[in-house]
Amino acid sequence: MIRFENVGLRYDMGPEVLRDLSFEVKRQSFQFLTGPSGAGKTSLLRMLFLALKPTRGLITVLGRDASTLARKDLPSIRRRIGVVFQDFRLLEHLTTYENVALPLRVRGKDEASYRQDVIDLIKWVGLGERLNASPVVLSGGEKQRAAIARALIDQPDILLADEPTGNVDPPLARRLLRLFLELNRTGTAVVIATHDLDLMEQVSARRLVLSDGRLDIYD
Amino acid sequence: MIELTERWVDFREFVARLAGRPGREHQTPIVPPANVAGRALMTVIAIMTFLASLTVGAVTLVSDTASQWQNDISREITVQVKPEEGLDMAATLVAIRDLALATPGIADATILDDAATARLLEPWLGEGLDLADLPVPRLVVITIDEGKPPDFFALATRLRAAVPAAELDDHRAWVSRLVTMARATVFVGVAVLTLVLVATVLTVVFATRGAMSGNRQIIEVLHFVGARSSFIAGEFERHFLRLGLVGAVAGGAVALVLFTAMGIWTTSNRATPEADQISALFGSFSIGWMGYVAVVVLIATVGGLTAFTSRLTVMRHLAAIDMLSPVER
Repeated sequence: MIRFENVGLRYDMGPEVLRDLSFEVKRQSFQFLTGPSGAGKTSLLRMLFLALKPTRGLITVLGRDASTLARKDLPSIRRRIGVVFQDFRLLEHLTTYENVALPLRVRGKDEASYRQDVIDLIKWVGLGERLNASPVVLSGGEKQRAAIARALIDQPDILLADEPTGNVDPPLARRLLRLFLELNRTGTAVVIATHDLDLMEQVSARRLVLSDGRLDIYD
Repeated sequence: MIELTERWVDFREFVARLAGRPGREHQTPIVPPANVAGRALMTVIAIMTFLASLTVGAVTLVSDTASQWQNDISREITVQVKPEEGLDMAATLVAIRDLALATPGIADATILDDAATARLLEPWLGEGLDLADLPVPRLVVITIDEGKPPDFFALATRLRAAVPAAELDDHRAWVSRLVTMARATVFVGVAVLTLVLVATVLTVVFATRGAMSGNRQIIEVLHFVGARSSFIAGEFERHFLRLGLVGAVAGGAVALVLFTAMGIWTTSNRATPEADQISALFGSFSIGWMGYVAVVVLIATVGGLTAFTSRLTVMRHLAAIDMLSPVER
């Protein structure tokens, strides 16, 4: 679904922060992306969801060469990729419900057609009581779950999550992991960037380990 | 009664939508509706619309008044007979009147009698004037059939042939001066209006850029959830259309109230010297239905222009901050 070939990234005239990355995120696969802080996990994730262009190498997303994509092609590809940001990126003037429903709203769908699905998903991530709350009053864990629900609402082909369990306690982290596994079983490829070893030990999954700008893969 | 209640609820929903507040079933706008910059822009638009409405009103007033003067003057022409040696003034005046009355397109012709002529000359020559003693030019006032005016040139030629001392004055010089003045006023008005509208557009461009920088995180999130540029532009357009319309309606309404109040004031104070002065210049000081229509059109234009400008700015700006850049900061 996403393929990297000899991808390198540098900021301005600095040294390469990521070097010679070659790997593939396959359909229905499940993998962790890990490595020490500052190793470039977030930069790699940004390249995965077309937020950042590599300075060299080839990235193919859903069969399209990313370097040849026009601006107008990006929305249709991004609609097939769900992203959970480390800092959540919820819109604070919208309610939890409206934040989770946002991907469907921007697709121009009629609210009546998705209202119940959104409510069900919000209840499923344990935020049923916070449906109409503003993100401002949500705790870190609640925001995390709202951000995850937003990434999942339109059943993406690929889910990219940046430290999705960074702000939740271990029981909730396990519950979220089960949610990701369930999603993976229904056909979504999942990439979870984390340095939570406990979380990774719970699942026997492929690990992409970044260190010193290079990537080692443990299948 | 139920129907009335439903209508009231509909109206409240409408007002809530217009003011950007979510009703029960209404979704919150994606661009946050209220902030200080938004209120400032609304005020600027209100002031701009107020000034533009004043300009439209003033132009309407002046051009209406000028055309009124033009009509009043062109309804009448005069024939002046200069006194000459051996000229029988009374007979000449009668001859001119008869000649005028026999011309097609002339409704009436009257000789300005001695008393009226004396009144005309009173400011210069004083009271108790005996016209027989003085070689004073005399006038025949001719009223024109406005629907079917005569051929002025032919009339002048015939008059001069009959009475060499007669001179036809059709007030063309006055009329052309008035027309020039009215045109100049309209030109200046249109120039001022254009400047005000350009200033409004530029203000909206800056405000939209400011709003986009302020809401950059929102735009990024919209990109990542797969929003197309047209959707994002549409959200900003709605936001600015609302600001523009509320501002324009406020500014236009104040201007209309001002015009109406001035109209009422001049009508109710007709006998006072101040109002008489204004009435003498501008007639009833009413901008007429055309003026009101022009202000309403102006309000709609300002609202539409605000929305269109913001959409254009967003579309151009989105290209610059799109995410697929080499180094996105």
